[in-house]
Amino acid sequence: MKQESEIRGGFSTLLYKELLRFWKVGFQTIAAPILTAMLYLLIFGHVLEDHVEVYENVGYTSFLVPGLVMMSMLQNAFANSSSSLIQSKVTGNVVFVLLPPLSYLEFYGGYLIAAMIRGLAVGLGVLLVALPFVSLRMEAPVWVILFAIAGTGILGTLGVIAGIWADKFDQLAAFQNFIILPLTFLSGVFYSIYSLPPFWQDLSHLNPFFYMIDGFRYGFFGVSDVDPRLSFVVVVLFNALLTATTLALLKRGYKLRH
Amino acid sequence: MTPAIDINGLTKRYRSLQALGGVDLHIRQGEFFGLLGPNGAGKTTLISVLAGLVRPTTGTARVMGHDVVREYRAARRMLGVVPQELVFDPFFSVRETLRIQSGYYGLKRNDDWIDEVMHHLNLSDKADANMRALSGGMKRRVLVAQALVHRPPVIVLDEPTAGVDVELRRGLWMFIRQLNRAGHTIVLTTHYLEEAETLCNRVALLKLGRIVALDTPASIIRRFQAIYLRVRVEGALPPALEGKASVDEVGRQLFKLDDYGQVETTLAALRAAGCRLLEVEVTQPDLEEAFVNLVRGVGQA
Repeated sequence: MKQESEIRGGFSTLLYKELLRFWKVGFQTIAAPILTAMLYLLIFGHVLEDHVEVYENVGYTSFLVPGLVMMSMLQNAFANSSSSLIQSKVTGNVVFVLLPPLSYLEFYGGYLIAAMIRGLAVGLGVLLVALPFVSLRMEAPVWVILFAIAGTGILGTLGVIAGIWADKFDQLAAFQNFIILPLTFLSGVFYSIYSLPPFWQDLSHLNPFFYMIDGFRYGFFGVSDVDPRLSFVVVVLFNALLTATTLALLKRGYKLRH
Repeated sequence: MTPAIDINGLTKRYRSLQALGGVDLHIRQGEFFGLLGPNGAGKTTLISVLAGLVRPTTGTARVMGHDVVREYRAARRMLGVVPQELVFDPFFSVRETLRIQSGYYGLKRNDDWIDEVMHHLNLSDKADANMRALSGGMKRRVLVAQALVHRPPVIVLDEPTAGVDVELRRGLWMFIRQLNRAGHTIVLTTHYLEEAETLCNRVALLKLGRIVALDTPASIIRRFQAIYLRVRVEGALPPALEGKASVDEVGRQLFKLDDYGQVETTLAALRAAGCRLLEVEVTQPDLEEAFVNLVRGVGQA
């Protein structure tokens, strides 16, 4: 059959569709999380500014901002891929992406990159809105960018896994509430882990989210709890592990192709 | 010529459930083919294997010569599937939905064809309406349009007229027939025997995951559509006929016959034996009844 139209891969369309999906409800997917981060900043900043000094010459509110930026990026990257997949599965329109000749790599790439872009957009928004309230310098912007990309990549991938695994919305909520949220809050968004008792300090070192936040924060202040190079290795390895897992699940058709 | 669909020794097992128990099926290009069978017969499973939504346990399936597992990209390009469930993506308009679906197949500038498909399916004035705002019938048409965006040579429709009003059904079939005349192979599943009879040039009857009949609709119907001769006689039946009759719900002798000629010979035999007839009734069960008999009876018969 003669085909006059241009032929290209379906990957860019899947990415476009995923971007359009969250962009159409941007108030809820971008503006709302920025507002949430601002509320954290106002409340914790106001209460703790004069009581806590984590690093020398860094005010608590300034210390808090990179953590909030990273937390917002992580949560929204996760939310994007996981909610898109679960909605498609529950409503049944996931067949629209299962019927075309998309490879599992394209499938993963489409959901992942859209999730990362949403996470980065929210993170940038939080940062821009917070700037007037704090004095913040960026000592090592390369680390900021590297950790932002790696962090949203990890959470976007976790979102793909959760979205594929969950059959119902409450299962996804459980994944979010019992895995993502504790790992985020116990990663040092609101504190330096050196303020914790030794046991909790050791435990924090097992949390991959800790390295994302700590490395990201190093990019701003040039100081951190652990060497950013070590953090980056941990983050990259964790990312590689999750990516391999996700690709294996997709290749097998886990919960998508029966 | 490469068969449009070529299925060999296909089985599918879900834990304890054997959904497909060894299906062989060859559909030629240009056929209008019907898959018939009751719920749970394996129609949707069979289609899902072709579409790559279900992986076969053993056996192979090819679409236009491409293996649905090993050459899934080529196979899926050849296939357009209209799913049974009325699914849609509430984020998008009709046109967006069709453009996106088209893009998944690598077709980025496909608006002329999209417009044509929308025109044929009477969707043109709803092009910019959100999917949520459409009626069920309209959503069904969008699903058909989505299956056609990449001009697949083989089109599979899984019970496309379930819950669809008469007018839409007629319009839909007119369009599908047109596609068939233009060279597309059509495979449809249905419960409705009449639908298969008027549209399909061949049908396969599935039961418990196996094909139990494969023929033109007319011969399948002929094969299973018996003529019922009910008689009430004084005394007993002659020994020659005794084994051939059963007793119906009001105590009459019931003969299930293949054609009207046998009515003659049966009555002649009764007369020859000197039986006095008190009542005679000849009936032919309607199509749907024949279908029910056929579905129940095949396998035991």
